[in-house]
Amino acid sequence: MNTQGTVFKYPDNVDTDVIIPARYLNTANAQELAKHCMEDIDTSFVSRVQPGDIMVAGWNFGCGSSREHAPLVIKTCGTGCVIAKSFARIFYRNAINIGLPILECEQAAEEIHSGDQVHVDFDSGIITNQTTGKTYQAEPFPEFIQNIIRKGGLLASLREV
Amino acid sequence: MAMTMTQKILAAHAGLDSVSAGQLIRAKLDIVLGNDITTPVAINEFTKNGFSQVFDKDKIAIVLDHFVPNKDIKAAEQSKQCREFACSHCVSHFYDVGKMGIEHALLPEQGVVTAGDCIIGADSHTCTYGALGAFSTGVGSTDMAAGMATGTAWFKVPSAIRFHLTGKLPENCSGKDVILTIIGKIGVDGALYKSMEFCGEGVASLSMDDRLCICNMAIEAGAKNGIFPVDDVTMAYMEGRCERKPVVYAADPDAQYEQTIEIDLSSIVPTVACPHLPENTKPAADLGHIKIDQVVIGSCTNGRMEDMEAAYNTLKGKTIAPGVRCIIIPATMQIYRDCVEKGYVTAFIDAGAVVSTPTCGPCLGGYMGILAAGERCIATTNRNFVGRMGHVDSEVYLASPATAAASALTGYITAPKEV
Repeated sequence: MNTQGTVFKYPDNVDTDVIIPARYLNTANAQELAKHCMEDIDTSFVSRVQPGDIMVAGWNFGCGSSREHAPLVIKTCGTGCVIAKSFARIFYRNAINIGLPILECEQAAEEIHSGDQVHVDFDSGIITNQTTGKTYQAEPFPEFIQNIIRKGGLLASLREV
Repeated sequence: MAMTMTQKILAAHAGLDSVSAGQLIRAKLDIVLGNDITTPVAINEFTKNGFSQVFDKDKIAIVLDHFVPNKDIKAAEQSKQCREFACSHCVSHFYDVGKMGIEHALLPEQGVVTAGDCIIGADSHTCTYGALGAFSTGVGSTDMAAGMATGTAWFKVPSAIRFHLTGKLPENCSGKDVILTIIGKIGVDGALYKSMEFCGEGVASLSMDDRLCICNMAIEAGAKNGIFPVDDVTMAYMEGRCERKPVVYAADPDAQYEQTIEIDLSSIVPTVACPHLPENTKPAADLGHIKIDQVVIGSCTNGRMEDMEAAYNTLKGKTIAPGVRCIIIPATMQIYRDCVEKGYVTAFIDAGAVVSTPTCGPCLGGYMGILAAGERCIATTNRNFVGRMGHVDSEVYLASPATAAASALTGYITAPKEV
């Protein structure tokens, strides 16, 4: 599995209230919710993002509420992957459980810029910045989590037990 | 091998003699919780994946609290979906309008959670129940669905930061000032993936409401859970209230902690978190003349009886400053009723405040107190992110009920003793 696309760069502590504001949470419809992804800090994200594009952020991405709607809207918008220096723990669980690829890589998150063209190989964890030619090695997931991802999410993995 | 309090609870629920930090385990759950925002997503996942039965109808709690009484048609549809699911699966802990409260005030009050439990909730502030000596953590809707189906959840066993409490809080301070001070010290990811374990002789002086408030905001430091030891205060609170027998776990004396942080409760001052992160804390007295448009006293953090009492003690016989809207929201129907019977509601109304039935409404910018561009609110809630309570150009300052009520009287952010 891999993804390739343009980078949208965000700062530290991007919270779930800006990923998907609670004022829209009166529906669980992913397509409807996705129209508002990131709008409180980046009003043009939804109109610019293309399938496979990559979000890159600093520390503690996805902090705040437990709303699974947050990784869901990022995925529904077509985002292929989120790379951050670290993830808030509930967002981390939710992303794995719903099948949004995420990678922790401090150096990549520091050095990659908005607009860079980046390729990510999920099997090896290798991130390639095609704009600068530089490559980075992300932390691999533990086997237990790789299994959830391979099976297509948490509930799908439980059904096979 | 020596374990922290959290690790002992997890080991017991995983059927293991011991666990260590970093270990991946599958643990049995005593309660699986969801609300009117997160449960519909969980129901959809549950159904989509072909599950037809919940693991135990008595171990699932569904609380309609975020947008009820329903704010609009879409919210009503979500509540209806929760109601129908709860009814068809005979979920015994289903709380609808009239019986509901804000989930993290309601479940301890009703004795649904108890010491020694292992609890997940599809709401980030599920960490609140650590105040009772339970392991309790927030998860997403898919984890809730898996929990409802199997009665288990996977966890990575956390390491811990120990907070050693000494001394006694000054009269004008409460649990909120303690946790804001701690978050200001360690930052919004200072306890990321970790437990915050509170201990020390200072614990005994903290009320249950203080402890519930402190554990409630553990997530605001990124923590997996916050937890207090079980003492006489906890036992007295749980006596005759809890539906399961409390099981008391204590950390081993030689348990390993990543760090120990000393907190002298007597040195705590009324504290405010400035926009737009809970870590941006300052003493309320140092803030200067920051004018406010709105005050919100309530939420899962500070809508309990002691919070209402603090507001009452400040507001009774006084008048809220002109141009300030003060919204007071008791967190459960029991607290609401107690506020009526004790005359608090009359005093609040006479002071110029409005009093709502329980709802999370304004805390997350849902309804019941949304801010316009350029407006500023001091709130006893838990988050002050960009746009949290309304317009992206509005501001939220987080504080204790005493500080929020004092500010309502002056019209600017005010430390309690100045009123």
